[in-house]
Order: sequence, then structure tokens, then C-alpha cells
Amino acid sequence: MSFFKKSPWIVHYDGASCNGCDIEVLACLTPRYDVERFGCINTGNPKHADILLITGYINHQSEPVVKAIYEQMAEPKVVVAIGICATSGGIFRDCYNTKGGVDTTIPVDVYVPGCAARPESIIDGVVKAIAVLEEKHQAMKKARKAS
Amino acid sequence: MHIPLGLILVPLAAAFILLALGRTKLRKPLVIVATTAFGLGSLHLLFNQLSKDALLVPFDETPFLTGFGWAGLLIGAFLLERCIRFRQPLAALLVLTQTGLAWWAEHLTHLRHNPVGVPLIVDHFSAIMAAIIGIIGGLICVHAVGYMKDWNHHHDKLPDRRNQFFFLLFLFISAMFGLVFANSLPWFVFFWEVTTLCSFLLIGYARDAEAMKSAFLALRLNLIGGIAMTAGWLLILHRGGSLDMLQIVASGDAMYLLPVVLLCIAGLAKSAQFPFSGWLLGAMVAPTPVSAMLHASTMVKAGVYVIIRFAPVLQDTMAGLMISLIGATTFLLTSLAAIGQSNAKRVLAYSTIANLGLIVTCAGTGQYNAIWAAILLVIFHAVAKALLFLAVGTVEHRLGSRDIEDMDGLVMRHPALAVAMLVGIAGMFLAPFGLLISKWAALEALIVVNPILPIFVVFGSSATLFFWAKWMGKMIGAEPGARPVPDDTHSLELIVLAVLTALVIICCAVFPWIAEVLIDPYVLSVYGRTMVIGRETMVIMSIMLLLVALLPLSLLYRGGERFRRVSPYLAGANYEHPYRFTGSAGKEYPMGMKNYYLAEYLPELPIRRWGTIACLVMMAVLMGVAL
Amino acid sequence: MTRNFLAGFAYLLLAPLVGALLAGLDRRITARMQGRRGPPILQPIYDVLKLLAKEPIGVRRHGHFFVFGHLVFMMAAGFEFFFGGDLLIVIFAFALASVFLVLGAYAAHSPFSHIGAERELLQMMAAEPILLLTAMGFYLANGSFRVEYIADHPTPALFLLPGIFAALAFILTIKLRKSPFDLSTSHHAHQEIVKGLTTEFSGLSLALVEIAHWYETIMLLGLFYLFLAPYPLAAVLLVAVVYGLEILLDNTSARMKWQWAMKSSWTTASLLGAINLIVLYYWMGTTP
Repeated sequence: MSFFKKSPWIVHYDGASCNGCDIEVLACLTPRYDVERFGCINTGNPKHADILLITGYINHQSEPVVKAIYEQMAEPKVVVAIGICATSGGIFRDCYNTKGGVDTTIPVDVYVPGCAARPESIIDGVVKAIAVLEEKHQAMKKARKAS
Repeated sequence: MHIPLGLILVPLAAAFILLALGRTKLRKPLVIVATTAFGLGSLHLLFNQLSKDALLVPFDETPFLTGFGWAGLLIGAFLLERCIRFRQPLAALLVLTQTGLAWWAEHLTHLRHNPVGVPLIVDHFSAIMAAIIGIIGGLICVHAVGYMKDWNHHHDKLPDRRNQFFFLLFLFISAMFGLVFANSLPWFVFFWEVTTLCSFLLIGYARDAEAMKSAFLALRLNLIGGIAMTAGWLLILHRGGSLDMLQIVASGDAMYLLPVVLLCIAGLAKSAQFPFSGWLLGAMVAPTPVSAMLHASTMVKAGVYVIIRFAPVLQDTMAGLMISLIGATTFLLTSLAAIGQSNAKRVLAYSTIANLGLIVTCAGTGQYNAIWAAILLVIFHAVAKALLFLAVGTVEHRLGSRDIEDMDGLVMRHPALAVAMLVGIAGMFLAPFGLLISKWAALEALIVVNPILPIFVVFGSSATLFFWAKWMGKMIGAEPGARPVPDDTHSLELIVLAVLTALVIICCAVFPWIAEVLIDPYVLSVYGRTMVIGRETMVIMSIMLLLVALLPLSLLYRGGERFRRVSPYLAGANYEHPYRFTGSAGKEYPMGMKNYYLAEYLPELPIRRWGTIACLVMMAVLMGVAL
Repeated sequence: MTRNFLAGFAYLLLAPLVGALLAGLDRRITARMQGRRGPPILQPIYDVLKLLAKEPIGVRRHGHFFVFGHLVFMMAAGFEFFFGGDLLIVIFAFALASVFLVLGAYAAHSPFSHIGAERELLQMMAAEPILLLTAMGFYLANGSFRVEYIADHPTPALFLLPGIFAALAFILTIKLRKSPFDLSTSHHAHQEIVKGLTTEFSGLSLALVEIAHWYETIMLLGLFYLFLAPYPLAAVLLVAVVYGLEILLDNTSARMKWQWAMKSSWTTASLLGAINLIVLYYWMGTTP
């Protein structure tokens, strides 16, 4: 049994969001939704985090930053794209400065659509992310045994 | 029997030979031979002393006193010439007063025809001091050979006067040996004046305006001390007392209190306590071996030596309490002032004043366990501070700066020097190293005497924690992948640093032994009882030392095979290079980190001003209660 | 002697467990105060076990070196305390452990951990006088620096050392990293310097920091127990009240500037601690 299921720590990054989804992400921490029930902590530090929540689309300015933050997270790690902009670029998709959704830059494991994504669906996405995290952990263990 | 005399004469002879030889290739071997001779001599004395009572050296001191009288006049005339040449009327006045008083005192001593039967004496305390002078002083002299070569390189406009430099260094060592072996007050005063002279000339060695200013400041303040000391001598003569220092301590006669207080004021001046502390900070313009030897490990120790020597007279007196309070105030304020310094030598200078203050605090109480702690402090401070000064000096020549902010990542750039400095700093403030053991003993001793003294110590030592730790942090914070830079440090310097580093650690390891065979016998001989440390405390200290020693083993674990190096967190903005970040308008900026100095909250000058005022008031009270 | 060693080893084995449960309880109570349900009591243990399974990453290979020293000396300090040894040595070992953590943060050479390290040093400087004064106070009240004698002394020190007790409770907030003094790093997300001191630690090193903090908490609470040691039940109650008040304070106050932390703790130390010490000294007679 692994403890990734019980202690998913989160870092939240705002690619180029209108802040709608950001507010909903933070709403998850409030007494109404209380994700700390599941051991979730919003660490604000990629080095401590297991799950990267990204809101907003990726533009050319935020692209290297997202990559750097992803790079600084320790395996196993999971990326969740929150909101329709993070999923596909949303209404900004055809803007001159837009690169597209998060998956144009780093691999995304869970997509949470919505504009803005509701806290319930964000929590749902995180729960899915935890399952992926556990999978990745098992895969890491296997790979280590194999080598 | 002849060793004490030999220890005084060998460096003296070496001094004159070095002076006479001028520029010579023989200097290096000569320095090494002479330092080895008196280093081994002092060690021999130390081990000889272990099992014995005090070693007495009786002879007729009368011809020597005449000699000292004339030598004193010569020194006075020389200093007077300097004062006139550099237009220092106040200093000239002090020189005249001091020389006149000393001549008069000499004269009166002759008139009484009551010479001290045993002018020289070696007990455990003087053997400890001699070992510090012989070994630490010797190592510093050897280090100076390499260091002064560099120094001359850096000051190429000055003529090469290294023969004078080494002459003064060895003359000073000779005087220090004389000082700690002296049992006759006139001898003590004479050697005391010689150390003042050496200090004056060595501080002014560079002969530029700043150096001369600092040298004359040191001269003036130390002459005030010297005048107090000579006044004490005269007062004893006037009251018909004995000039035998052991007898003064043992007599318990109240008539000695005022003279002893005067001697202690000289001690306060020499150990740079408030209100005299200014000179030690100025003295940092001198070449680093001078700072290490005179202004950290030996000469300033003469100041506390005299207070510790006469401490039994101060026991349970208001005067003693005042001296302790002056020390405690100095300890607290200079520790706070050190926080604001980024110049490494100034940090060391403040920390030296602070530690001397702690020793004075202990010594002033005159209690057996506080004296025990004070002697322990003297030993550990001498070793660790000598190492730190020499390391800073060597680093200064490598980096071209003595600013702590420039020591960024020293552990990667100059690993050997950085380790020496880290050990020295750890020795200054961390358990289980020397100074902390002494601080522990001091706190346990002081709380019994008076509740106010430990309060000063407690606050002051918290401040020391801050400035030492941030200095260590500066040195170990390095960009990964930084490579050691090629090092052209003189091999003698490196050897001396290595030996001193080892000494810091060895002294901690053998601390129970030092306490048992060196400090206990002295304290027992003076007070009839001594500080008892539980065996368990010693065991705990040893275990902690062992843990520290074993800790580097954890470096063998290199983070596992899977270890992945990542750049430091900078909100993702350091994507091109780990230590540069992209800021506004896509511009790249280097990353830089500075330490906290709290200059706004701990301004240096007001701290010194208030310290001086407070301690002047206490000095006034001190004189008042002693009269 | 056997009793001493039993107590010491019991600390080494049980302190992380009790400390973790206490931290879990703390998080639960905090959540309740905020109208949330909060995580399970065992959450801190889950967190640490998870951290141990993470990929080892770091700014430099030997990043764990100082953290390791931090843990070892925290354990040594606590062992000496529960063994019944010299309280001053406990405090010195404790300071050594804290310096190791600070050095670890410096060694990472990252701006956030650097600021965290500077702030932690300031906080140590703020707290150190009271810790040492506490040892002095116990010596005057109970006639020894040794924890075993202090604990066995029939009169409780609390009544002789009310000022020192209050001052110590004041700096406990610093040592437990709770608001208003969670300057260098904090347990919560609301952090203006990311995670300060611990920013660059991850996986194993972060887990070790957490474990060391459990040891630290238990040792500090042990110090409070000493104030009422003759009455074990009352002493446990005292510890619970102190800890409860810390949680309440944590949830009802905002973070203060370091200037305020420094000034307020040194003022408290000198007003409550030092005056208590002086009064006690003269009240107990010259040589207790």
C-alpha cells in the first residue's frame, strides 16, 4: 500500500488564466469543500508537490516557466489541466500569443473542463489524479525492481 | 629550572639576530628553529608542571631592576620621539607621566632594599599561558613568514622592513613569556610596557595615516592602563606592602584592594573592554598575524591574565562586581555590534572584545568556579581565534577582500581554507566545541554569584549565535558545480592552518584532561577547592563530539542512484540558467543573496558610545568603592 | 541509572509517534476552529511516509547532510533531556540542531531558503535568551541544572517561576512555527517566502525535517511538564493547556514582522524572565 493516495500535495500555477478558475481552485480549500479532508495541501512549492494544477492557456511567455516548474517536481508527479483554457486554449485558442492548452508544453494526465471549472469537478479531477499518481508510483517501483 | 629564563631569552636572541640580518634567505629557517625551540620549551614546561607544585626561580633581582629602570627610560625616550615627530601632544604627555612614574617607583623600590626573593615563578596557570604563547604564538610566527611575503607583494610601494617586523614579533613573545612568569610586580610592569611598545609599533607597521592614527590610539589607551598599573605599584610601596604577586594574592589584606583595582584597570585597557575598546578595532589595520597574535590570542590575554591572577583579592567585593559588570556590558554590547559588521576582521575584533568581556565577567567575581571557567575560556578562545584570524588573512590574500559578502561559496572555491574557517567558527559558538563548554561552565558559575551577570551573558551569547551562523551560511552556500580555484597559498600558511584546525578539535577532545591536570590544580592551589563537572557531562560532550566527527560519513550517501539535480526554486523564472532569472521585459538578471546586518537597529557607533558611557560610570563607581 | 536510560530510549522511540499524533490532532483542531472537518489524525505520518517514497531530487547532491545533522542533534538534545541530564547542555545541543537546519537552508543557495535561514536565525536569537534563562530559573528554584533532580524536587517550580514560565510560553510559538511567529517557514500554505527555510528540501530531507520537528515538539513540551513535575496529572494538563493556547493563537493571529518578533521576545525575556530570576535570587537568599 502506498501513501500517495492519502497525501496528495498540490502546487497551483496560473498559466494565463482570467483568474476565474484560480478562484475556484482556492475555493476547494474553504470550509465548504475542505480538500484537506483527503490530506491535500496547497504547498505553493513544486519541490514539495505531487500534483500540478494549471489554470489558463499557455502563451509564449509562460511556456518556459511551466516547463521549469514541471522539471522541479519529484517523481511520481501528475498534471491536471483545470478549465477549458488549460484543456485546449478555450476562447483564447486563436489569439496571436496563444500556444494552446497545457498539453502543448508538458504531458497532462487529467483534464477538467468548465468555464470556470466548478470546485466539485476540480475535486473530481484531483481524485482522478490521485489514482494516476498511484499508478505512476507502482510503475516506478516495478522499474526499480527490474533494474 | 632554566627553562623559564630560556623561554624569555631565546625569542629575545632570535629577535636581535633577525633584526641584524636584514634581508636574508636565512629568515625562514631561523624563524622555524626559534619557534620550534620555544614551542617545545613551553610544552616541556607544561608537561613538567603537571605533577608538581609551582616551580620557583629564586635569584637576586636587584641588578635586573636597575636594568629595567634604564630600559624603561629608553623606551620612554623612543616613544616620546615618535609622539613629537607625529605631533601627538596627548600621547607625549602620557608617555612622560608613565615614564616618570615608573622611574620614581623603581627608585622607591630600590630605596626600600626589599627585593622579591622569587622574581620568576611557574605555576599551572602560567604554564598554560606559556604554552599558549609558545605554541599558538610560534605557529603564528611561522604563518607570518608566508603571509608577510604576500603582504609585501600587495604593498609594493613600502620598503621591505620585514626584519623589523619579525624583530618586534619575537621581542613581543619574549616579553609575554616574561609577563606570565613574573612574580615580582616591577618585572610584570616592565614586560607589560614592552608589550605596549610592540603593539604600538606593529599596528603602525604600514606607516600610512590610518595605521599611525590607530597606533597612537592604542598607545594612548594602553598608556592610561600602564599609568594605572604603575600607580598601583606606587600605592603598594606607599602602604608598605609586598611586591611579591603571590603574597599579594595570598595575604587577603584589604590594603591591597585599591592597588589591585588599579592593576585590573590596566587589565581592562589591555583587554580592550569598554571604555577602552576603541583601540582594538583600530588595531585591525595591522597585518593579520599581528591581529592574530597580539590582538586575539596573546597580548589581550595579558589583560585578563592580570585580572584572573588577582581575582582572589576581588572576591565578594563591590569592586569585583563592578569589574564583572564592565565585562558583562562589554560582552553584550560588542556581541550586538558584531552583527552589523560585514568586514571579517571587524567581526573577529568585536567577538574578541566580547569574549574577553566574558572572561573579565568571570574573573571579576573572584569565585573559584568562575575562575575555572575563565581559564578554560582563555585556552579555547586563544586557539580558535588564532585559527580564525590566520584563515581570514590567508583568504583575504586569495580573494582580495576581507568582506564576508565576498566569501560566497568559499567551501567550493577554496575548500581547505573554508574548512579551517568553519571549524574555527564552530569552535567559537557551537556545542560541543571549546568555547561553548566554557560558556556552559561560566553560566553555571555565575548564577551562583549574582543573577544579573548571567542575564547579560545569556543575551550576549544569543547575539553571537546570529553573527557566526550567518557567516558560516555565507561560506557554504555555493552554486553547485563551482570548482576549486587554483591556489597559490604559501605552504607554511597551509600547514599552520591545518595544525591549528587540528588543535581546535583536539582541545575539545582532551578537554576533560585539560581541566583535570591543568586548571583544577591551579584553582585548588588558590582556593582550596575546584569546579566539579559530572563525569556524565563529559561523556555527553564526548558523545556529541563523536557525532559531529561521524557526521561527514553521511556524505558517503550521495542521494542514491536515482538522484536528479534540479535548479533552485525561483517561481520558474530561472529557466535559462539555474542562477539567473528572466525578469520584466524579458531581461535576464543575476541572482544574488546578502546576509542580514540589521544596521538600522543595531547602529555601531551609538552602541559603542553608550557602552563607553555606561562603563565609564561603572569605572567611577569602581574607583569610588575601592577608595 | 536504569530509569534514566529507559526514559531516554523511550523518548527516542516514542517521541516521533506522539509528536506525529499531536501534529495530527493540531491539524484536526485547527480545521474545526475554521469550520472544516480536517484530515485524519494520522495524516502527518501518511505525509512523511509518502515523502520517503518520492524521487530524490535536490539542488546539490549532499543536501541531506545538514538535515541529517539536524535530526541527530535534535534526538541527542531530547535524549539528554529525558535522560535527566544537564538542562544547559540540552539547550546547547538544541541550538546546535537548529543551526544545522539553518546551514542546510543556506547550502541550498536559493533566495527563498536563504531568507528563510536568515529569519530562522533571527528567531533563534529571539528565543535563545529565554531558553537559557529557564535553565537558570530552574537552578535557583530547584537547586540543580540536572533535569532528574528538577523533576524529583518536591516543590513545583511553576510557583517560583511564573514570569519565566510565561516568557517560555511566549517563545514556544516561535519554536513551534506558529502564527504570529511563523516567519521562517510555516505549516500552512499562506507563506510569503514560499516555504522559506524548507523550500529546497524535498522527499527524504523534508521527511527528516518533519520527524525532527516531532522530536522538537515533544522535548519542548517536556520542558513545560517540568514546571509542575511533582504532580504528573496537573503537569500533563498544564502541557495540554499550553499547547491548546498555541493552536488558538495560531488561528487567531496574523504573521508579524521579524522586527516585532525580535523586540517582543527580548522585551518579554527581560521583563518577565530576567526580573523573575533576580527577584527569585534575592528571595531564595544568596546561595541556594
